[in-house]
Amino acid sequence: MTAINVVVNGKSYTREVEPRLLLVDFIRDTLSLTGTNIACDTSQCGACTIHLDGQAVKSCTVLAVQADGSTLTTIEGLANGKLHPMQQAFWDQHGLQCGYCTPGMIMAAAKLVEENPEITEAEIRHGLEGNLCRCTGYQNIVAAVAQAAKA
Amino acid sequence: MTQALVGTSVKRKEDPRFIQGRGKYVANLQLPEMAYIAVKRSPYAHARIEAIDTRAAEAMAGVLAIFTGQELIDSGVGKLPCGWVVPGCKVPTRWPVVPVGDKVRHVGDSVAVVVATSPYIAEDAVEAIEVSYTPFAAVTDAKRAMQPGQPVLHDDIPNNLSYTWALGDRPTIEQALSASAHVIKLDLTNQRLIPNAMEPRAAVAQWNAATEEMTLWTTSQNPHPIRLLLSAFTLGIPEHKLRVISPDVGGGFGSKIFHYPEEIITPWVARKINRPVKWVASRSESFVTDSHGRDHVTHAELGLDAEGHITALLVETWADHGAYLSTFAPLIPTAFYHCLLSGLYKIPLIYGITYATLTNTVPVDAYRGAGRPEAAYVVERLIDLAARKLDLDPIAFRRHNFIQPEEFPYQTPVAMLYDSGDYNRLFDKAQELSSYSELVAAREAARAQGRLVGIGVSGCIEASGPAPSKVAGALGSAVGFWESSIVRVHPSGKVSVLTGSHTHGQGHETAFAQIVADQLGVPMEDIEVIHGDTAAIPFGMGTYGSRSMAVGGSAIVKSAEKVRKKMLKIAAHQLEAAEEDLTYDFNGGGVYVKGSPSQKKSFFDLSLGAYTAHNLPDGLEPGLEEQAFYDPANFTFPNSAHICQVEIDRATGEVSVQKYYAVDDVGNVINPMLVDGQIVGGIAQGIGQALWEYGAYDESGQLLSGTFMDYAMPRADVMPAIHTARTVTPSPHNPLGVKGAGEMGTIAATVAVAHAVMDALAPLGIRHLDMPFTAEKVWSAIQEAA
Amino acid sequence: MYPSKFDYVRAQSVEEAVERTSSHSNAKLLAGGHSLIPALKLRLAQPDLLVDLGRIAALKGISRHNGTVSVGALTTHATCAASDDLPKVWSEAAGLIGDPQVRNRGTVGGNIAHADPASDLPTVLIALGAQIHVQGTAGSRAIPADEFFVDLFTTSLEEGEIITRVEVPAESNQGSAYTKVFNPASRYAILGVAAQVAIAGGVCRQLRVAAGGSTPKAIRAHHVEAALQGQPLNDTTIQHAAAAIAEDLGEEVIGDMYASAAYRRSIAAQIAARALSAAAARAR
Repeated sequence: MTAINVVVNGKSYTREVEPRLLLVDFIRDTLSLTGTNIACDTSQCGACTIHLDGQAVKSCTVLAVQADGSTLTTIEGLANGKLHPMQQAFWDQHGLQCGYCTPGMIMAAAKLVEENPEITEAEIRHGLEGNLCRCTGYQNIVAAVAQAAKA
Repeated sequence: MTQALVGTSVKRKEDPRFIQGRGKYVANLQLPEMAYIAVKRSPYAHARIEAIDTRAAEAMAGVLAIFTGQELIDSGVGKLPCGWVVPGCKVPTRWPVVPVGDKVRHVGDSVAVVVATSPYIAEDAVEAIEVSYTPFAAVTDAKRAMQPGQPVLHDDIPNNLSYTWALGDRPTIEQALSASAHVIKLDLTNQRLIPNAMEPRAAVAQWNAATEEMTLWTTSQNPHPIRLLLSAFTLGIPEHKLRVISPDVGGGFGSKIFHYPEEIITPWVARKINRPVKWVASRSESFVTDSHGRDHVTHAELGLDAEGHITALLVETWADHGAYLSTFAPLIPTAFYHCLLSGLYKIPLIYGITYATLTNTVPVDAYRGAGRPEAAYVVERLIDLAARKLDLDPIAFRRHNFIQPEEFPYQTPVAMLYDSGDYNRLFDKAQELSSYSELVAAREAARAQGRLVGIGVSGCIEASGPAPSKVAGALGSAVGFWESSIVRVHPSGKVSVLTGSHTHGQGHETAFAQIVADQLGVPMEDIEVIHGDTAAIPFGMGTYGSRSMAVGGSAIVKSAEKVRKKMLKIAAHQLEAAEEDLTYDFNGGGVYVKGSPSQKKSFFDLSLGAYTAHNLPDGLEPGLEEQAFYDPANFTFPNSAHICQVEIDRATGEVSVQKYYAVDDVGNVINPMLVDGQIVGGIAQGIGQALWEYGAYDESGQLLSGTFMDYAMPRADVMPAIHTARTVTPSPHNPLGVKGAGEMGTIAATVAVAHAVMDALAPLGIRHLDMPFTAEKVWSAIQEAA
Repeated sequence: MYPSKFDYVRAQSVEEAVERTSSHSNAKLLAGGHSLIPALKLRLAQPDLLVDLGRIAALKGISRHNGTVSVGALTTHATCAASDDLPKVWSEAAGLIGDPQVRNRGTVGGNIAHADPASDLPTVLIALGAQIHVQGTAGSRAIPADEFFVDLFTTSLEEGEIITRVEVPAESNQGSAYTKVFNPASRYAILGVAAQVAIAGGVCRQLRVAAGGSTPKAIRAHHVEAALQGQPLNDTTIQHAAAAIAEDLGEEVIGDMYASAAYRRSIAAQIAARALSAAAARAR
């Protein structure tokens, strides 16, 4: 076991973890933050996307020990008193159906817009290539990201 | 009655929890002392299990127990049943875990069950279990499976033929075809698809040793039927001691209808070790255990007379059911397929036959559309080829053969009685929406430059909202297909709506609340929709076949009507007025005297009064809660006109969908935003089938597309912008006038894209290719044509 | 899907990492983890020890001096994609690797050490004539990209050797481009062609072309280069030269369910032509 310290959604945690523990399992099982979902095992789907030291990453492809000393934001920590503009936009634009890909999609999209506020529709579509959704056909997700970019 | 909310795009009530990471998915459950299950699975498609050595695995720290199939059987666990048995159907034996001495029949078949203190340890133990197999040759092709000399999966099912199902009189149809001026013949495949709901299947079980009650949380579209199957056939815990909960379900598309082995194993283990137990599928596991879809091989012939009218249709299909019959498998290539072969058209004579075979592959069952996409694809491919043969515009040729508005209800020769429709108006709108003539002109201009641009048209129908229970029973169903509901008005005037339908993304919590808000005149925020829990809700049938609004919604309307009736009775008594002199206030709830709105009993007063029971009419029971069961009189028949444009990169064969227009008639619309969401999402799955998706097996029975690295899911950057519109012909036989909306997008898009690709290739003389139209397939066809 | 058990150490320096890995019989180096962790989860890799390079600051970043661009082994693809110092072909290809989240974690060193034949970066490095600097128990050396990639998932790295940086000549008057045909499922390359060209006196003066994704290792397209060297750059000469790529690909072309070997071989000329045209258009 290895001790790690992380700040997640503004709160500091020190935990003993097995080196092989995936960051996503640390978040979901050790910290009981189950908003971050798992939908594949080949780093393709993006359901587990979180922010690690300010960057969108797939937490299924990071070991918890690699995150030692890092600052993480998960979907539970995105809203700050009120909904984040990306959350609001997903609601307004019907950007979700079953909701399972939604946390990862919102976390990925929030970074896209932060890094490129003037984002075009084509850039949104390209920027979401690491996130799979089986319900929406992406159309309303793209609309949501466009709305949030303007917010 | 005023319609304040029905018909408007109310934002979803369920979204705040999803967008904040508070979804209640099964895999999120954490219970004290929880143990974790992992399943040892067969790497072989066809092999006998000779022995299983679990010693090394059992010795690992953290491993609690390992079980093999015989232990489950010895304890009384039953075979997985088939819930739809057509005449003459041979149902193969399927155990939840294959016992030693028996055969595994597809890669992924269950061999042993590990229980451990963590999922990581469980997987370590799975790896440490040694299984010795005697492998056999496999068969993975539906048509080849029934030929002599092929490997036989089940000793009691020779030739791997589970059943043959036919509808119509073959000699009559063959005679009509031979008398026809033109006969269009086509051999096609409708490839195997893998549903891939984003949430992998999961199960959590908790045994209460004190009360001897089991609670099972499972990722199901229909928890009540799962409880019934567990009680009556597999697990053996009686229904009154078994609670099945499906909380938020992360997509299903059919794949979460069925009764799966892990749903039996998990509660069985929980009782055995008296600890809560969790099983969560990895995506790799999902690929080889979730039921697949489609997988038809078909020969079809369409006859035309000299005037271009359709004379007859003959369809012969080999349907691959995989290694076992999944819960509703025999419904799909029979009633849900052949009964839709009339499409939007007047076809006087239709004959269809299906040979349903078993192969060394994952079982095949309903996937979005389920039989109806396969039917639409056959009919529409023939229609498109017929138009081409007669050198007619594809829309003009369709119009020439449409069932006309005045002919509804329309009895097809394949059992279905179409409820309503206006296909000319549908296509008028589609042509307008897509600026069809300009599209055609642009295509001609592109062709003149040597570009491979194509326009695809589809005109599809489906039968949604299954089903009149009598009809289902006659066709082989083991269950009825009504839906139940309770509208419970609490003493404070807040409303709980309990429904046996179960959302897995459709937005029931919003749409059903809209209905009740209008029915009772109360605000949306005072209404809560409750679903997915057998302890809370009377028996229900769940969500599939685009049935929730037409059947579940109709049951809710009936319950609400009963509530209003009772409120009228109470108000009449308290206002000392005759019921016929009173009217229900749909704008604020409550009851008032006609023409005198101030003489009123409010919704709150009547609700509270029903429970205080201080002043009720003699003989009226206290309380304000009404249950209804709604058994549909017929299917509903949504229909669609989709038009799209593709361009093919001549150098690589890559197809891009550039424009997409969808006009759908789903009857009355409760929430346009939700309906558009269903249509557009469905279109993505249809485009996926047409261009990329393929559950491919090699001859040894290995799944070649067993991860997202190999199974191509549509992504945001390959999807076009989709333009939607609607025409409305209400269904005349349900109280909401609605038709299903969940599957049409998928059904129509596969066809539209296929036709656009074929149209792009038509100048090269290419008549037909099978899906998916991968770059290589298209490129090769171009080279061969050149 | 979970990794099997392993021990873990975080190296503070390259020297420590070299020492740790070379003294252990079944150790793996961990950089961004985007090749290794998927392999661990599928249990295709089962090391006893992971040596994490992730915090060695000296291995990160892009610097340019004296006509050379040096890219630290731990530099992410996202950093490369956003770089103006790198040759265009590299930044362009980096932006097509995986997806934004993968590019945020995946590193140059991790990518090339994995030597996935479907990866984009080896093709680019061969086209650019990159020098791959490594450090091991015997000291440091530089391996030309042409010699670094040996076979499927095989490099010329010796036991205990660690990639420290990759050097390429800075782009001045050349133009370069990367053209990729995507596997529709994995988004890896079915075929990728990287080209860099300089034009002088109206003709092609300096040309390097490489192809990957279709062969066990990325290859230099010598036949294409020879056919175009000294020629004016127009559609005809480019098409003619690009057709020679079939000879460069040789007999060992890979096939899968989305793209057979024959298909890849056949479309290669058109993809090469697109890369050459794009590179030529960017040359000054």
